[in-house]
Amino acid sequence: MAKPADVSVDSPALDTERPPEQQGLPAGVTNAAVWADERLGLASLLKKNLRKVFPDHWSFLLGEIALYSFIILLLTGVFLTIWFKPSMAEIEYQGTYQLMRGLPMSEAFASTLALSFDVRGGLLVRQIHHWAAMLFVASMTVHMLRIFFTGAFRKPRELNWLIGVGLFSLSLIEGFAGYSLPDDLLSGTGLRFVDGLIRSIPLIGTWAEFFIFNGEFPGDLVIPRLYMVHILLVPAVLLGLIAAHLALVVYHKHTQYPGAGRKDGNVVGYPLFPVYMAKAGGFFFVVFGVAILMGATMQINPVWNFGPYNPAQVTAGSQPDWYMGWVEGAIRIMPNWEWHLGSTTWSWNVVLPGVGLMTALFVLLGAYPFIERWITGDTAEHHVLERPRNNPTRTAIGVAGITCYGMFWLSGGNDILATQFKLSLNAVTEFMRVAVFVAPVIAFIVTKRICISLQRADAERVLHGSETGIIERSPDGGYSEPHRPISIDEKFTLTQHVQGKALEATPDTDGHGVAEKGAGVSSLRALASRWFYAGVIAKPTKDEIAEADHHADGHDADGHEVKAGKSESAGQISH
Amino acid sequence: MSIETSKPGTDVDRHPVPDPGLEEHVERYTDVDQAAGDRAYRQVVMMLAAVPVLCIAFVVIYFAVPSDSFIDLFGMQWNALNSLLGLTGGLATLLIGLACVHWAKTIMGDEEIAEDRHSAASSTEDREVFAREFAKGAEQAGLGRRKLIGGALGGALGLIAVPAVVLFADMGPWPTAAVRKETIERTIWAEGIKLVNDITQRPLKASDIEIGQLVNAQPANLWDYHGTEFQVEKAKSSIIIVRMDPDRIKIPESRQDWQVGGILCYSKICTHVGCPISLWEQQTHHLLCPCHQSTFDLGNSGVVVFGPAARALPQLPITVDADGYLVARSDFTVPVGPSFFERDSQHDFKEGDR
Repeated sequence: MAKPADVSVDSPALDTERPPEQQGLPAGVTNAAVWADERLGLASLLKKNLRKVFPDHWSFLLGEIALYSFIILLLTGVFLTIWFKPSMAEIEYQGTYQLMRGLPMSEAFASTLALSFDVRGGLLVRQIHHWAAMLFVASMTVHMLRIFFTGAFRKPRELNWLIGVGLFSLSLIEGFAGYSLPDDLLSGTGLRFVDGLIRSIPLIGTWAEFFIFNGEFPGDLVIPRLYMVHILLVPAVLLGLIAAHLALVVYHKHTQYPGAGRKDGNVVGYPLFPVYMAKAGGFFFVVFGVAILMGATMQINPVWNFGPYNPAQVTAGSQPDWYMGWVEGAIRIMPNWEWHLGSTTWSWNVVLPGVGLMTALFVLLGAYPFIERWITGDTAEHHVLERPRNNPTRTAIGVAGITCYGMFWLSGGNDILATQFKLSLNAVTEFMRVAVFVAPVIAFIVTKRICISLQRADAERVLHGSETGIIERSPDGGYSEPHRPISIDEKFTLTQHVQGKALEATPDTDGHGVAEKGAGVSSLRALASRWFYAGVIAKPTKDEIAEADHHADGHDADGHEVKAGKSESAGQISH
Repeated sequence: MSIETSKPGTDVDRHPVPDPGLEEHVERYTDVDQAAGDRAYRQVVMMLAAVPVLCIAFVVIYFAVPSDSFIDLFGMQWNALNSLLGLTGGLATLLIGLACVHWAKTIMGDEEIAEDRHSAASSTEDREVFAREFAKGAEQAGLGRRKLIGGALGGALGLIAVPAVVLFADMGPWPTAAVRKETIERTIWAEGIKLVNDITQRPLKASDIEIGQLVNAQPANLWDYHGTEFQVEKAKSSIIIVRMDPDRIKIPESRQDWQVGGILCYSKICTHVGCPISLWEQQTHHLLCPCHQSTFDLGNSGVVVFGPAARALPQLPITVDADGYLVARSDFTVPVGPSFFERDSQHDFKEGDR
C-alpha cells in the first residue's frame, strides 16, 4: 500500500481553486454552486447559455403550450396508471355507480369507472389528462401552421420541421391509443373501425389484423397492447423527438419576426435568465392551471354515459376525438369503390381514405420544405420570418390545405350537419365529395389575391404614409385626404423582405430537372417557379421611396391625387 | 461561416430603406412611477401568497367533501369534490404562473438585447480538421485495404434484425385459409339454431313479429360463450330481423325459401368497417349505419343504396321449426363484416341477381 505523501497543510497545491466570491449571493448558494461546478463544470456551459436571447412574440407560445401539455400528460398519466387495469377480462360490475351494477364489463372499463367515482380526485385527473391531450394536439397543429405560414421551416430548419411532422403524426396515434383504453361503447366502436381499417389493407390486411388483435376482433389483448403503446412506446419516442426538437431550437437560435434591428445575422429579445425563465416557467404553470380548471369545470368523455363496449350496439353521432375527424370524414364521403378480383377483395373504399389519406398528409407535410426549395432555388439561411403576405403562393397553399382539411373534418360530422341544419344527409355527403376538391382551389385563389392586395397596401403605406382620416378642401373646391408619413422603423419592416425571383430555365440541362446545384434548371422547374412567383408585387425601390418622400415634403396636404397617381407605379406586377 | 442573407448584388434591392437599428428602449410605467412599481410588486407577492391558502383549502376539501356530494349551479349538477379540488388546485397553479409572468413583465428589466447569430454550418477549418481526422480514423480501421469487413459488418447488422423480427411471429394466430375458415369466415349460426331477442334471450316466433317491426337478435347458443369468446362471436353473429309486406319488396328466386312470410334476417354488422347497423327506415325499408351512413335496402336483399359500403348486407336463411319458432337454416353463406383481402366476394348478392 502506497504511503500517503507527507505534505504540509499550507502547501499551495492543496488549495482548491475557487472563483472569486460573488457579490450579493449568500454563502450557502455560492458553496453549492462551487460544489456542483467542481463536479459538472456547469459554469463553462452556462456562461454562454444563461443569458441566451429569445425573441418575444405570442405565436412563439404555441409550441410552448404543446410542450407543457406533454409534461401535464406525463404527470397526470402516471397518476392514472396507479388505478387503471389494462385488462379485457370480463367481470361483473359491483362498484359505486349504481346504474351499472351487475353488468358484465371488462376490467379496463370497471377500473375507469372506479377512477371516476371511487378514487378521490380521479375524475379530475382523468379530465385534466383528456383536456391536456386536446390542448397538446391542438397547440401542435397551430404551432405547425405558424411555422408554415412564416417560412420558419426554411434552411437551416428543415430537419426540425421533419421532427415536428414526426411528433404530429405520433401524437395522433398516441391520442387514439389513449382514448381506446377505457373500453367503453364509444372507444370500442373506434377500435372496431380500426379493425376494419387495418384488414382493408391489400395483401397484408388480415395478417396485420390478426397480429394486432391476437386473432379476431376484439380478442383479449388489444387493450393491454395499446396500453403499452400509449404509456411506454410512443411517449418514449415523443420524449426523444421533443428533446431533439428543442436542442435544435437552441442550436439554431429562435427565428424572429422582421423589425428594426432584426437581421438574419442576429437575434433580438430577452435573456433566458431571468426574463425567459420567469416567463416560460410561469407559462408552464399558466397552461397547467388552465388545464386543471378545464378538468374541474368542463366534462369530457363521460364513459359512464356510454356504458361498456358491446359489439351489437352503437350510438348515432358516434365520432372519434376531433383530431381524427378528418380521417373519419374521408371514410364517410368516399364512394364505395371495391374490386373483387378472383377470390380477393380490394377495399379501396376504406384503405384509400383511411391509410392513404393519412400517409398523404404526412408525406406532403414532410416534403413541403424540399419542394418549395426546389421551386424557388433558395439556398440561403433564413432566420428572419416571412410575413405570410410576402409569400402569397405559400400562404395560399397553406390556406388551401387548411380548407381541404376543414372540408374533410366537416364531413366527419355529416350526420350532425344534416340533422342540425335540417338538410338531406345524402346531399351533404355528395356536396362534400365535391367540396374537398373545389373549396381548396377557391381558397387558394382568394388567399393569393388577398396577399397581393396586402402587398399593394404595404407599398402604398411606405410611399404615401398612413391615412389621416381628415378631409381637406382646397381653395378651388377639391377634396383630398392628407397622409402622414410612417415611421422609419415601419418603413424598414415593410420593405426588408427578400423578393424572390422566378428561376429561368437554362438551355443546357439534361432535361430531367436535376435539382443539384449547378446542374441547371429544367423547363419544368422554371415553370413551377414562374407559377410560384406569379403576380407578386414588386416592393418599392430606394428611388421610388426617395421620390415619394421628396414629394410629400413639398406638398403636405396634397394627398389623394398624389396617391392615385403613384399607386400605379407601386402596383406594377413583376413576372 | 457567415450567414448568406441574400444573393450577391441584391443587397440594395433587399433594403430600400436602411436598417434603422434597434428601437430605443421605452421605460414602462412601472419603471418610472414609484407607486406603480410598488403596486406591481404587491400584486406579485399577493398572488404568490394566495397559493398556500389555496393549497390548504385543497387538502381540507380532499378530506372533508364526500365524493358523492353534488352542487346545483347554473342549471347543472356539479360533482362537489371534483369541482372544488380542481378550482383550488387549478387556481393555485395558475396564480404561480401569473405571478411569474407579471414579475417578468412589470418588474424585471425589459431592455431587449441582440445576440449575434452564426450559421448552422461548421467553419471551413472545422470541416477540414474533421475530414483529416476522419481520414486518419478510416486509415486506422484498415477498411481501405480490407474492404470485405465493411460489407460483412453491414450484412451482419442487417441480418441481425431478422431474429428480432421473427420473435414477433407469435403476436397472433396466422390467418391461413384453414384458420380464416374457422374464424372470420364463419359465425356460430347453424341449421336449427333459434333466433332469440338479444336482450331478453327469448326465442322468437314468426307470429310475434309484425309488418314494419325490427328486432335485434342473436343465436340462442351465443350465451354458451363467455368473456372474450362471447364478444368475438357476438361481433359476428348479431342480426336484425325485419318483417315487410312480401308484395312490396323484391325477393329473388334463389332466396324465396330464406324468409318466412316477409320476415327477413340480415347481419347487423356493416360490410363497410363493421359498425352494428341500427337505424331502420320503416317506409323505405332502408337500414342506415350510424357510423358512416352506408344505407342498405332490406327490401332488396340488402343491397347498398348509398354511402361508402361496397357490398350487400349478408342475409341469413331462416325458416320456422315445428313449434313455430324462427330458426336458422345454415350459417351465413358469405363472411359477415368488413372486407379483407382474402375474402372471395364473388358470391355476395348483387343488384340483378336472381
